[in-house]
Amino acid sequence: MLRKTGFYCGIGFLTLFSIIPVLWALLTVFKTAGDMYSVGTVPFFYNEPPTMDHLIFLFTQTNFSLFLWNSVIIGVCVVMITLILSIPAAFSLARLTGSWGERSGMAIFLVYLIPPSLLFIPMYQIVVWMGVANTIWSLVIVLPTITVPFCTWLLLGFFRSVPRSLDEAAMLDGCGQFTTFHRVLLPQVWPGVGACAVFAFSLSLGNYIYAATFISQSAARNIAAGVPTELIRGDVFYWPELMAATLVVAIPLAVVYGLFFNYLVGGFRNAT
Amino acid sequence: MSTSQHSVSPQSAGRIARLGAYLDQPKVLAWLMLGPAVLYVVAFVGFPFLLAIALSLSDATIGDPSLDTFVGLANFRTVIQTDAFQLALRNSLIVTAGTLALVLVLATLASELLVHAFRGKRLFQMIFILPWAMPVSLTAIVWMWFLDSTFSPVDWVLLQLGLLGPGGVWGPFKHLYFLGNEWLGLASVIVADTWRMLPLATIIVLAGRMSIPEERFEQARIDGAGVFRILFHITLPALKPMLIVAILFTGLLVIGEMSLVQLLTRGGPGHSTQVLPYWAYLKGIEGGSLAQGAAIALCLFPFLLVASVLALRAAYRSQEA
Amino acid sequence: MAVLTLRALEKHYGSIKAVTGVDLQLEEGEFLAVLGPSGSGKSTLMRMVAGLESPTAGDILVDGKSVINVPPQHRNVAMVFQSFALYPHMSVRDNILFPLVSRKVPRQEHAARLEKATRMLGVEDLLDRRPNRLSGGQKQRVALARALVRQPELFVFDEPLSALDAQIRSRARAELRELHDQTRITTLYVTHDQVEAMGLADRVAVINEGRLHQVGTPHELYNDPADLFVAGFIGNPPMNLIPIDQTTIAGIRPEDMLVDPEGDIADVAIDLVVTIEHLEYLGSEWLVHGQFQPGDGANSKPLHVIARLPANSHPEFVTGQTCRMVGLRKNVCLFDRASGKRRANGRAGA
Repeated sequence: MLRKTGFYCGIGFLTLFSIIPVLWALLTVFKTAGDMYSVGTVPFFYNEPPTMDHLIFLFTQTNFSLFLWNSVIIGVCVVMITLILSIPAAFSLARLTGSWGERSGMAIFLVYLIPPSLLFIPMYQIVVWMGVANTIWSLVIVLPTITVPFCTWLLLGFFRSVPRSLDEAAMLDGCGQFTTFHRVLLPQVWPGVGACAVFAFSLSLGNYIYAATFISQSAARNIAAGVPTELIRGDVFYWPELMAATLVVAIPLAVVYGLFFNYLVGGFRNAT
Repeated sequence: MSTSQHSVSPQSAGRIARLGAYLDQPKVLAWLMLGPAVLYVVAFVGFPFLLAIALSLSDATIGDPSLDTFVGLANFRTVIQTDAFQLALRNSLIVTAGTLALVLVLATLASELLVHAFRGKRLFQMIFILPWAMPVSLTAIVWMWFLDSTFSPVDWVLLQLGLLGPGGVWGPFKHLYFLGNEWLGLASVIVADTWRMLPLATIIVLAGRMSIPEERFEQARIDGAGVFRILFHITLPALKPMLIVAILFTGLLVIGEMSLVQLLTRGGPGHSTQVLPYWAYLKGIEGGSLAQGAAIALCLFPFLLVASVLALRAAYRSQEA
Repeated sequence: MAVLTLRALEKHYGSIKAVTGVDLQLEEGEFLAVLGPSGSGKSTLMRMVAGLESPTAGDILVDGKSVINVPPQHRNVAMVFQSFALYPHMSVRDNILFPLVSRKVPRQEHAARLEKATRMLGVEDLLDRRPNRLSGGQKQRVALARALVRQPELFVFDEPLSALDAQIRSRARAELRELHDQTRITTLYVTHDQVEAMGLADRVAVINEGRLHQVGTPHELYNDPADLFVAGFIGNPPMNLIPIDQTTIAGIRPEDMLVDPEGDIADVAIDLVVTIEHLEYLGSEWLVHGQFQPGDGANSKPLHVIARLPANSHPEFVTGQTCRMVGLRKNVCLFDRASGKRRANGRAGA
């Protein structure tokens, strides 16, 4: 009995920990300015009736929709590039390169020793030199550097977990190496591919350091860099709009990530 | 009985088929499939890294970004001697260490809970992973508002509890200036970092927790071990490799993040909550001195290298055990 | 003409010799079992035949032509794996058709071949299911259908019954034999279970530590084992191996052991005083377990011996009681102690 209450206390605590700042944000979205900025009232109630004005303002009077659109384009492109590079690389390491390839998991991480916070300055120069500074293409070209190592590592684990007898059966049935890959092995790792797509997409929405460095014109910004710059005009903070912007992005991402939760755990189990 | 399907060699099938067969050999195909990713990473990580080193040894600025002058370690010397840098270095380490400590404890707790099935687990997973799903800069904004010096609900609750306000334990003021105070500011950054990294760290630790066979726990319970003994003598030792992976991931992501500090405290008051990546950005991009910015950023590298090597060694050793 | 010929086949992993000096021939339509304990090299041998491993030395000939340099996808060998290796993301139908699709067999032939294979294995009702919804026995049939549909020259089985529940194993064994008789496809069957090998095969090749010890019919292996290993491996319970003197070991099957025989017996080769350990009643027979002191001069520990008695014999021995066990010359094989090999004057002779 004690164990059960302890268990649910733990779940409760973690739920509260994760959700309280978000609930506060959600509350704020629908508060009228008068209600929000008045002192002396209980902040947890709607002392004036809730309003949709801020949401409307966000979508009609700011560049938020533009940022969303940019982020979607960048996201889709980055996902495609990531998958095109990572999937074959992971298969090659898992099946074609012998035992060193299979065990290269941790070594792939050495790439992350050189993080964006170290590279962003020379990368800025490269992006200028390539002529894509201040456009979304700068991010499309550069963001896969962050997604490709992780996705390769994750997919390496997934491929390794497929029993070799499946490859052998396919070969005996008449498949060459590449046919075995796309007809038999790839279908076994679709969940991993899905997890990578989600990860790569959310990373391109959320990348701040490259976005802030490469792009200064509003029209080309992504969500992560655009929202802070647009909705904080000098000292004036459009709090409800800011909170709305955050939740519009975070909630769908959380739902999708939540659906892939178990695959992400599985990916880490496979990989080590 | 058997139809003769001895297509033993594709000689008759033409040059395309022969090329296909050549490319399909493991040795060739391996590099064909691995090559693009490797080339991409070398081009967009390896080359910029070398460029960063070159920049830090030059006098490049945004106005004059050429690498024509070699100044040796002058940039490093200038940069290291500033208060801002020293504070930034100190704070980067404090924030990372603080976040790691909190995250590891909470992630272990969370993974103990998440091994079990329970009603509403799916919903819980979505709520739990939301801090990780939220883009970091937006997380910063949420926490800015949550800890706002005038309107924070935390202040309001503390006031109602009598801990703030005249006569309260924490000062006569009605607000704690979370984001305008050196130590409260750092603590706020640590809490925000813990908040966003907990889901990822939990997933990693959970992966390790799920690999421990249930029988080991059953045996321990039969042997009479209580909850804490099991936790410290069975769970934690078995989790060691994954805890190390969690430390690596979390540490790398925390130490390299600038938007939290940029938005929450702006590095202030003064430079007291500055961190290395933000300082590098301020110097390099906003300040225009690419060379100095690169030098500051490169100071991160030795820490990352040492930490990763230690972590990987420890991980391999415990895997062999 | 031999369908499969292995010549001086060797496979080394560094200093480990998995397979050494194997010579073997399979005739058309033959069912040959490769029998050996774990680690004996039987799986390695099989994988070389399938093309999944390359030999270190020696040659493999299919229909007289060397296939050493031919990759598995171009050999006309079909394999049934221990785990069945069905493609989880495809229906049963697609699984069975897969070899035809991969080897670019003309579309028109697909339906006919599919129908024939599924009918032979009785899996017509399962065609639209996924492998994860099949029982072990059903998976095996689908794997067989997939192998059959290609009309291969050679079937290779990798311990196919070990993944099945014990109850259905003997029925599956019978069905495999019937399938072979129907299709007459040359079959190489690898197993560690000597009951399977003896029951299914036309000939059995006994392998241990990479070396073939004997190749022969089940009858030959049982009655004329070539060496001590074969003698001890074949038969359950195993052959009693009794040291007679410094250089000879006599082997006699438990069912040939006479327990407390009455009257005069001629041509006695073994005469033992046995202390009873315990009796086992198996329903169809009794097993009498005992110990005796070997009289070969050396001061050695007592050895174990087993005798088989029919069910209606009702032995009334008590633990610790002694009895006499006798082996007639005609039932005894003699082995050279040093080399382990069978002496020429084995049975039925002086």
